[in-house]
This record gives sequence, structure tokens and C-alpha cells, in this order.
Amino acid sequence: MASDTSQATVQASTSAVAQGNGAHVSHGPTGILRWVVTTNHKEIGSLYLLFSLAMLFVGGSMALVIRTELFQPGLQFIQPEFFNQMTTMHGLIMVFGAIMPAFVGLANWMIPMQIGAPDMALPRLNNFSFWLLPVAFGILLSTLFMEGGGPNFGWTFYAPLSTTYAPPSTSFFIMSIHLAGISSILGAINIIATIFNLRTPGMRLMDMSLFVWTWLITAFLLIAVMPVLAGVVTMMLMDINFGTSFFNAAGGGDPVLFQHLFWFFGHPEVYIMILPAFGIVSLIVPTFARKRLFGYASMVYATAAIALLSFLVWAHHMFTVGIPLVGELFFMYSTMLIAVPTGVKIFNWIATLFRGSISFEVPMLFALGFIVMFTIGGLSGVMLAIVPADFQYHDTYFVVAHFHYVLVPGALFAIMAAAYYWMPKWTGYYASETLGKWHFWLSVIGVNLTFFPMHFSGLAGMPRRIPDYALQFADFNMLSSIGGFLFGFSQLIFVWVLIKAIRGSGEKAHAHAWEGADGLEWTVPSPAPLHTFDTPPPFDPLTESPSRH
Amino acid sequence: MGRLTWAAFGAATLPFYSATAQASSINTSSGWNMPAGVTEISREVFGLHMTIFWICVAIAVVVFGVMFYSLIAYRKSKGASAAHFHENTVVEIIWTAVPMVILVLMAVPATATLKKMYDTSQADIDILVTGYQWRWGYEYLESDVEFFSNLATPREQIDGSQAKGDNYLVEVDEAMVVPTGQKIRLLLTANDVIHSWWVPDLAVKKDAIPGFVNETWFEVDEPGVYRGQCAELCGSGHAMMPIEVRAVTPEDYAVWLDSKRDAAAAEAAGAGREWSMDELMERGEATYATYCAACHQPDGKGVPPAFPALAGEGISVDPDALSDHKQIVLYGKKGTPMAAFGENLSPTEIAAVITYERNAWGNETGDLVQPAEIQAMLESQ
Repeated sequence: MASDTSQATVQASTSAVAQGNGAHVSHGPTGILRWVVTTNHKEIGSLYLLFSLAMLFVGGSMALVIRTELFQPGLQFIQPEFFNQMTTMHGLIMVFGAIMPAFVGLANWMIPMQIGAPDMALPRLNNFSFWLLPVAFGILLSTLFMEGGGPNFGWTFYAPLSTTYAPPSTSFFIMSIHLAGISSILGAINIIATIFNLRTPGMRLMDMSLFVWTWLITAFLLIAVMPVLAGVVTMMLMDINFGTSFFNAAGGGDPVLFQHLFWFFGHPEVYIMILPAFGIVSLIVPTFARKRLFGYASMVYATAAIALLSFLVWAHHMFTVGIPLVGELFFMYSTMLIAVPTGVKIFNWIATLFRGSISFEVPMLFALGFIVMFTIGGLSGVMLAIVPADFQYHDTYFVVAHFHYVLVPGALFAIMAAAYYWMPKWTGYYASETLGKWHFWLSVIGVNLTFFPMHFSGLAGMPRRIPDYALQFADFNMLSSIGGFLFGFSQLIFVWVLIKAIRGSGEKAHAHAWEGADGLEWTVPSPAPLHTFDTPPPFDPLTESPSRH
Repeated sequence: MGRLTWAAFGAATLPFYSATAQASSINTSSGWNMPAGVTEISREVFGLHMTIFWICVAIAVVVFGVMFYSLIAYRKSKGASAAHFHENTVVEIIWTAVPMVILVLMAVPATATLKKMYDTSQADIDILVTGYQWRWGYEYLESDVEFFSNLATPREQIDGSQAKGDNYLVEVDEAMVVPTGQKIRLLLTANDVIHSWWVPDLAVKKDAIPGFVNETWFEVDEPGVYRGQCAELCGSGHAMMPIEVRAVTPEDYAVWLDSKRDAAAAEAAGAGREWSMDELMERGEATYATYCAACHQPDGKGVPPAFPALAGEGISVDPDALSDHKQIVLYGKKGTPMAAFGENLSPTEIAAVITYERNAWGNETGDLVQPAEIQAMLESQ
């Protein structure tokens, strides 16, 4: 941001809350190019969020292709080869294209506003991080049209199915993973630099909102594990194209090494997709319970504990590969231990609700839905940690049910809660309560109809990633398919809600859009002007810190 | 809240009638829940599963109970005003310590069961299980018996032109046969990609990994047929490599072993004589349908580029490529899913399938490969 304009603002207003005004006429390009070259955290945040919404529908359509084929036993619509491409692409797009960019978008919009910073610390890098993503996913989606089709080895791409036996497009898949990984690493560096350097004077780390805290820890996880993913796909690239044998047993390599490396990335990745959700829920629950979060400090420590433990549990994804007994026991115990800090979080939210003054606006509904259904996913996670039982659960629909409970009514509901919570700040208008409630309740019914029966089909013996199945699984699959379509089409309501808010139809929002909300973002007008906090806002830890006594 | 409780209630009490098929369960499961199975270990695993399940239900009842009580009792619309308390060290210590205790209570029996599952010592019978795309190979190490186990469900049932049978997709042409009351040790490996051998009723799931030999074991009490499937994504035929274990009395097992050895001897003797084109084509068609059609397709058109076409193009119509054709079927093609069938099919089957491929689908090369030629190639190696 040009220094002359910020001086103009200082002269124009002695208010610490910088308002967007005539002094901030943009001199950059207009039209499409404005979005291509923008370095503004709010515009980049919007780009991330819209990109992830588009990917949600692309990945969701693939899920519906899967559910269509699984509606009845037999092969009716697609062949197994294409089915495998759909399951693989659905997973990759939802993880790397929908959930992760949505959280980065929320971070871009909200972290600077919550810590009183004028923008992200590295605005040009921010632009670059975003624009890597459309390139990465353009490449990934283009593989579907290549000879031999796209990736068909599952989103976990176990070697040697993903190397020696992979379709020719696999090198393009590797390229797209690299680009998405670089985007994540750069984004994480930016978030850490912003949080460490641009907090308004007086704001200590323990004065930050929990959304900022959880993202800070998430960013460190990203920096720690994305290079491991980059390493493992590079080894694949070498095996495929340059004759190495990292994962090829015939050449002295080790297929199990792949899994260790993948899950050393993959387990922290799971928490990358849930920690920011914890942060969001930790803001929304106190807002609509009109009561302070029960234990701010213990929430911070629990988040850090979960992040540290996430490096010590990776082999619980590999209980059936033949790890020695002592290894199995270590990973069983360490995995069970994660339930403790996770429980602390859930208990904290409930203690916050207890004796509050609760109202049920749409963001609160999504946050409460998160708590209930994430807990169901967490409890099935405890069951999965028990190795002897895991031998029966592993690679069945029970696992599919488990991780979808954590990721859909978990991570995705938290993102939806955040969107409804901050939409007044972004657009200046409240999201429609009526449509929002339809969206929420249809989503709740759809998500449970889709994923709850999967517990049963999995326990009864249905493996995951199969295009056709034994007759006894027919009823549960039919229910799941009906639920899947209900859930998928319900998300169109959200698009409608968003368009309405952007076009300014609905109730206008005040700066402090929610009566019980806390935080600096509610001190700037709604909609937030393009530039906020040209000068650092005053912050008094004694009255404003979430950790105040 | 009640979701989990309700589910358990359903699992325990309500029979579930299938709308599309008879509720003939492919294992001892109720169709809702994990099967208790037919081994001591599987029953222990089932017990462990149910114990943890009920603990989780209890936790859910308490947690969601407090949560929903709060949501109902402290509604703003009912005039609730918020209290101001936060942070309470005693409460926080309790809700950290209590879960720890519960977890330890779960870990103790889990550890004991796991130790038993890992004890593969003193087995009575050793079977080498090899995963292929997409079939299982079984080799009885002490008895000189080996064979492939292929999906037996006809294609017509899969594509819907024929009604689906009770054991749709979980039936094989040759089951693994084991005696009851004896400890069976499985040694698992794979020929191409990673597979996973899973039979829910035996509570056995172990990955079959190329370059590794994993071990596991089971001991069945009751004669019966126990079905399972490959559990690790292994390519386009992943749903089509089922497992069938037939547990029989030790007497019947001995009879079965003899019959397998006799059949193998008869097959070997057959390789010595001259075979006619019709005989080879007939045998070849059957062999092709079982071992080749999953990739190269029943019409020989393949799924290029992964699985090349055999009809009308490539080595099967090239008159100069007959010896390449034999080489590939016998020894496989490195770096592709094409397996080395010389190890597991008889010379007669190999000769028949090559003859079939060179004369079916209008290929009409007239080439006829005698089992004796294949026998000679194998012996010269």
C-alpha cells in the first residue's frame, strides 16, 4: 500500500479505525486483470473462497457420479476404471481444492482484521500462492481427458499402483500436487509472518482470537509436512520416469516406505483440515451463547498438543501392513492419546454453552451441528485406534463414514458457519436466515442419510473403493445415494444465499453485526472497506483479550 | 445425540429385511454389525468392538446430554441471561483425567488380544497367499498343492443381463480349503500391487505386499464357508477378487488334498499327448475367460493403453510374433500388470489360451500350439 494514501487516511481521520474512503482510490487495473494482479488480502481471500466453492461443486459432482453407480449392485452407469478415477479425483479435489483453500481464504480475510493489521505481511506472495491453485487444479482436471485417464489409485496413491502400474497421466498429477503444495507452503509462511509481525501494539500471542491461534499452529504443520509430500511425489516421479526403485520391490525398493512417508504427511494434513475449524467454532459458540469461551488457555494448549501428537500417530493408517507388535502398540496408544486434547475442546464448547444465553442464528446452527457430528466422528476414531478391532474396520465403509463425519459435518460445516458468521462483514448484508436454515437442516438430514448407513455397511463387511458390491449391502448403499443427492443439491441454496448477500438484498449489517461477538473485525464498518487498519487500532489486553480475567 | 444408541439398538434387536435381495448375509454378521465370526480370536475382537462401542455410546450420552440440556434450558428466547464464569482448574483436571482412565481401560484388553493375533508360532499348516491383479494364488507349502482362486460370478450377472445370485461377487471357482481345529498360518505376498486378504468371519485382514512376506493365522472351529474380499485398492478389478475359505473336517481335508494332487497329475499327463484345434479352442476359451478377460476383455479389445487389445491387432495376429506371444504369457511383461502365468497355469492351459487368442475374434491365424511345446520351453529354462 502506498505510503501517501495511508498518510492521507491518518490526516482524514484521527479514529484508529481506518475507514475505506476517497483516499483509497485504486490506481491498479480494472476488470478481470484487477483480480489477477490484486495484492489485497480481502480480494485474495474472496478469490480463495470462490475457488474453493467451485471445487466443492466439482468434487461434489464426482461424489454424485460415485453414488449413482453405487445406488444398486451391478455395473450400470460407469466402468470400474472410471469409477476409480472418480474416487481418486473426488478425494484430491475435496482435500486440496475445497477444504484447504477455503480455510486459507478465511485466514486471508480475517487474520489481518482480527490482529489489527492493514494486510498480510507478504501481499505479492499472497497473490502468487492463490494463482498457483487454478493452475494446479487445471492440470489435475485435464488428466481426465488424457489417454489412459486421470489418477485412478485413490487419493492416498499407494505405490506401486501409482508408479509402475499407473496411467501415463501420473506425471501431470505429480506436477499438480507440487504446485498445490508450493501454494500451501507459501500461504503458511505468509500467515506466520503476518501473525508474528503485524499484530497491533499491545496484542500478545495469548490475546489473539482462537481462529488466529489455530491457524498459526496449522501454518506450522503445513510447513512441516508439505515438503514431505513434495518429497514422496518426487520419488514417484523418479520411479516412473528415471528408472529409480524407491518403491519398486523388484528393484530393491520398498512399497511400505511410500506409506510411511505419505502418512507422515497425511496425518498432520488431517489436522490441517480441522484445527482452523476448531478456531471458528471457538468464536461462534461464545458469540451466540453470549458468554466467554470457558477455557481460552486450555483451548490453545489443546490445539498445540493435538498438533504435536499428529506427528506421532501416522502408522495408525497402516495397522494391516505388518508392522511389528511393538510398533502397533506404540501407534495404538499414541492415537488414543489424541482423544484427550480433543475431548478438552469439546468439553470447553459445552461448558461455554452451559448457563449461557443462547440463540440459534444460522452460524450457530452450523457450529452446533459441527460439535455433535464431529464428536460422532471422533468417537468412531477412538474405535479405529483399537488395533484388533481396526483389522476389521480398516479399508471398509466404516472408515469412509468416520472420515466423512470429521470432514463434512466437521470441516465443511465449520467453513459454512464461518461464511454465515462473517458474510455481514464481507458484503454488508446478513445472509438470509430463512434460506440459511433450509440450507442447514437439509444439509444435516442429507449428510446423516449419506454417511450414517456407511457405518453399518462397513461393519458388515463392505470394503471401500469398490464400484460393485455383494447384495447384502444394497439397502444401505441406496440410502447413502439418496442422502448424497439431497446433501449435494442442498449446497445450491448456499450459492443463492451468497449471491443475495453480495447483491445487497436482505438486512443491512452494522459494524458490530452480532450482539455477542468479540474481536477487532467488528470495529470496522460492514462491509469492510478495501483497506482497514492503516494505522494500528488501540488494543487493551485488560478489557479486550479473550484471555482476560 | 441418540444416533449411536439407536443404531446399536437396531443392530441388536431388529432384523433388517432387504428390499432388493434376500438378507442372506455373506458372513455371520447381522447385516448391521461386525460379524462375531467363527474363531476364538474373531469372537474376542467382536467383544472388544462391542465394549468400545458401548463406552463410546455412554460418552456420547453424557456429552450430548449436557449439551442439549444447555441448549434447551439456556435459550435467550426463554429469557436466559448469561453467567460470567470461566476457567476452573478442578473441572479441567477432571475432564482430562477421566478420559485418560477410560482410554487405559480400553487399551488393556486390546493389547492382550493383539498379542494373541501376532503369535503365529506352532502352526499346523502353512499356506502361501499371493495377490495378483485380480485373483488370489494359494500354495500349500507342506502338501505340494497350489492353485488360483478366481471370481466365479458370471459377467452377465455384473452387467445385469442375468439375475444376481446369492453370493454375487463373493464366490470363487476354487476356494481355500482348510481343516477345522488346526492352526493355519498364512504367509502373504503379492505379485504386482498391494492387495489385502480379508475374511471378516476369521477377523483376519493382512496386506499382501510385493517384496514382503507378512504372516497371520487363524483356527476355525466349525466346518463352513467363510467369505471375504480384497480390502486394498488394487486397480480396476479390485471389487472382483473375492476370497472363499471352506473349513472341512481333517478327514475331508485329506481327501481334498488327494483329489487336488490327482487332478494335477492328470493335467500333467495330458500335456504329453497331441491336442486337436477344437480341444485347444474349447479349453482356451475357458482359460481365457478366467484369467485374461478381466483385463483384455471377453471380446479381446482390451482397455488401451493399460491393457492392449488382442483382437485384430498386436502380437496375437502377427505371424512372426508367435514366440513373443508364448514368452509373454509364460513369463509376463515387466513393468505392466501382465503376470507370469507359466508359474501357475499348466502347460496345457497355456498352450490352449495362446491358441485361442490367435484364432478367436476373427484372428484366424491358424496357429496351433501344442502343450508339449510349452512343456519343452519350461523344461529348457
